[in-house]
Amino acid sequence: MESTTEMSVSLLPNHGSWLRYLSFSLDHKVVGIQYLVTGFLFYLVGGVLAGMIRTELATPISDYLSREIYNEVLTMHGTIMIFLWIVPVVNGAFGNYLIPFYVGARDMAFPRLNAVAFWMIPPAGLLLIASFFIGGASQSGWTAYPPLSLRTPALGQLIWIFSVLLLGGSSILGGINFIVTILKLRRPGLKMMQLPMYCWAMLGTSVLVVLSTPVLAGTLVMLAFDIVAHTGFFNPTIGGNAVVYQHLFWFYSHPAVYIMVLPAFGLVSEILPVHARKPLFGYTTMVYSILAIVFLGLIVWAHHMFTSGTPPWMRLFFTIATSFIAVPTGIKFFNWLATLWGGKIALNSAILFACAFIVNFVLGGITGVALAQVPFDIHVHDTYFVVAHFHYIVYGGTVFIIFSAIYHWYPKFTGRMLNEPLGVLHFVLTFVGFNLCFGPQHWLGINGMPRRVSEYDPQFTLMNQISSVGALLMALSTLPFLINVIHSAWHGRLAGDNPWRALTPEWLTSSPPPVENWAGPAPHVEHPYGYGLVETTP
Amino acid sequence: MPNGLKTLTLRASVITFLVSVGLILIGLVVGQRVDMLPLQASVNAPVYDELFRVLFSIGTMLFLGICGLLLYSLVRFRRQAGDFGDGAAIEGNLPLEIVWTAIPAVVVLFVGLYSYNIYERMGGMVPLADHSVVHSMPASDPGSGDRVWGGISSVSGESADLTVDVTALQFAFIFHYPTGNITTGELHVPEGEKVELRMKANDVIHAFWVPQFRIKQDIIPGQPTVLTFTANRPGTYPIICAELCGPYHGGMRTSVVVHDRGDFDQWVTKNTPPVA
Repeated sequence: MESTTEMSVSLLPNHGSWLRYLSFSLDHKVVGIQYLVTGFLFYLVGGVLAGMIRTELATPISDYLSREIYNEVLTMHGTIMIFLWIVPVVNGAFGNYLIPFYVGARDMAFPRLNAVAFWMIPPAGLLLIASFFIGGASQSGWTAYPPLSLRTPALGQLIWIFSVLLLGGSSILGGINFIVTILKLRRPGLKMMQLPMYCWAMLGTSVLVVLSTPVLAGTLVMLAFDIVAHTGFFNPTIGGNAVVYQHLFWFYSHPAVYIMVLPAFGLVSEILPVHARKPLFGYTTMVYSILAIVFLGLIVWAHHMFTSGTPPWMRLFFTIATSFIAVPTGIKFFNWLATLWGGKIALNSAILFACAFIVNFVLGGITGVALAQVPFDIHVHDTYFVVAHFHYIVYGGTVFIIFSAIYHWYPKFTGRMLNEPLGVLHFVLTFVGFNLCFGPQHWLGINGMPRRVSEYDPQFTLMNQISSVGALLMALSTLPFLINVIHSAWHGRLAGDNPWRALTPEWLTSSPPPVENWAGPAPHVEHPYGYGLVETTP
Repeated sequence: MPNGLKTLTLRASVITFLVSVGLILIGLVVGQRVDMLPLQASVNAPVYDELFRVLFSIGTMLFLGICGLLLYSLVRFRRQAGDFGDGAAIEGNLPLEIVWTAIPAVVVLFVGLYSYNIYERMGGMVPLADHSVVHSMPASDPGSGDRVWGGISSVSGESADLTVDVTALQFAFIFHYPTGNITTGELHVPEGEKVELRMKANDVIHAFWVPQFRIKQDIIPGQPTVLTFTANRPGTYPIICAELCGPYHGGMRTSVVVHDRGDFDQWVTKNTPPVA
């Protein structure tokens, strides 16, 4: 018999009632759903802000928002999308829901810490949004570069700092929990190299979180001292150095890209084999690619600073290190293509979003390698080309995978299927809208439109209007999705326990699962991707 | 090996070869023919555009290749109605995995070496310590000491033909010509001569960007920065601030006017303030 972490049901108040989703629940599945729903609500807020940006940019003159408000909106859009939507959902939501299943545990290693980590997010997010209404939100961009962030209205900037510190703290607590759970809570006999790929992705991501987020925290504390006590760490007029802030900021914020992207790589590695009915291709190289990305991700930060007066040798080093990330990333993409090759692919909403992720991310990766080249970057740095690039990575990449994952795991969460035609409509609107919105921005950046502006040269009007139409389609695409997830929760077709005939452990229990995940002992899954090797009943 | 399988492998190899050749040709044509770059107006610009076209070609090949493979798989290997079987249980293939580790590695190595070459041709690798201007920077800059930060330079080694002091502040650029004592809000430079900008920022970080010159450099408070370029096409081009610098960041733009030598001398004479 295996030992299991025993936890009494009495620890979980209101089990079975929807009220448990509003409680300080210790059930990892409840916490996961809490992250997901909260994150999605913030996504809607961030989306409204994006809509305001695209409305302003539909005309070349600054005529919709005041210039100060526009800068508040773009700062909040970036901050909310990164810290309140993508990071919490792709890590917190799916991580909490899936990791205990994948390691064969009844819950996370530290359930109480887990609940604490989640409950730091709503107040931090509400505080951030509230800053709009109490003296104005931060105006210095999500990067908060000093000296600008020392000169914009202090209250908004301080609230921003406090809020990001809380969110970073939540992220660190989550990261520690994932590392311990994956390393120490594995079902006896379950080897590391038998774990589903998402575990490896979350292990790598959590290492990045734990190593780099404290650096951001320290930096922001120093920035706050500069604002409140005029310490001048980053203020050149009293002996500080503005570029040191940039180094420290990107020491976190470049790994942050991998914190947003690696879990998505993990999720897509779970989704493709199930719907293609094939084993995940090249498991071992996939694992080592993740580890390589984690290592390289930590030593590339200064490629954000090629125009900041960095010395030539430093530019060269960061060019080379950055370019080499393309190698492990390329391996992963070829392995996913090989997973699809020769499969029996069900063309459903989950696989459509996952395949669109491949298309979008490859384009974003190609522009990424180009941007890593110093001479290329010098011209397009801080332009719409960069805006296009990172939206292809974090929206075209990660957000597409979040939607794919919701179509894939919704039956597990609720016991009901999502409506397939609505899902396809959602996909088509999102894919067309996304490419229409961000595709033309490559051209805009190359031809002379800087980022973070509310007015631009009239020669760029047409491309900006195309982009804004794309944004409108993206906004509309959330409607079929919302109708689908809400309607299907009550009226969706009953899913049964394992509608996809999947082999990973979360499907080897009821849907939705019981409090401690399995009625009996945790199953020992040696081949989580054993399609064609293991018998699956239709 | 059975005969049928042999012909199949042969056919697959031929198809793979033809598709690869096709992709390379399409990539080259797209890279050379699709023009999405702004006008070239400095000696840097053609060098930059060469790199751009090579990267665009390689990017097109990879993007079309991967998307093509993906679409083909989705159509060719889609599940037929009522088929609940599994695909072939292939968990990996070492030679194949070595090949597709090698592809990005080779591409990245080539791109890295090539862009290093481009960078050198742009003058980016000139060590700042040897820069001719280090000791000629005005000593009045507070806290500048000996250190000067440098952007990418267009011509290395030789000293500049014209020096202009640039002050960036919320929300304008101010240009001062030490020879002639001209102060202006619009940069005027002669065609074909090396211009050196000695830049400083008064308040927050700004950036100096001329898309037609393909150069950009941050101007950071506390860091006197040098940027050199040689414009080679007469005309008027935008100067754009590319670093968020406050509410009117989008409005922080002016022009650089490239004159031929005669016109430039005329402009200098006309604008030099009379000695009191």
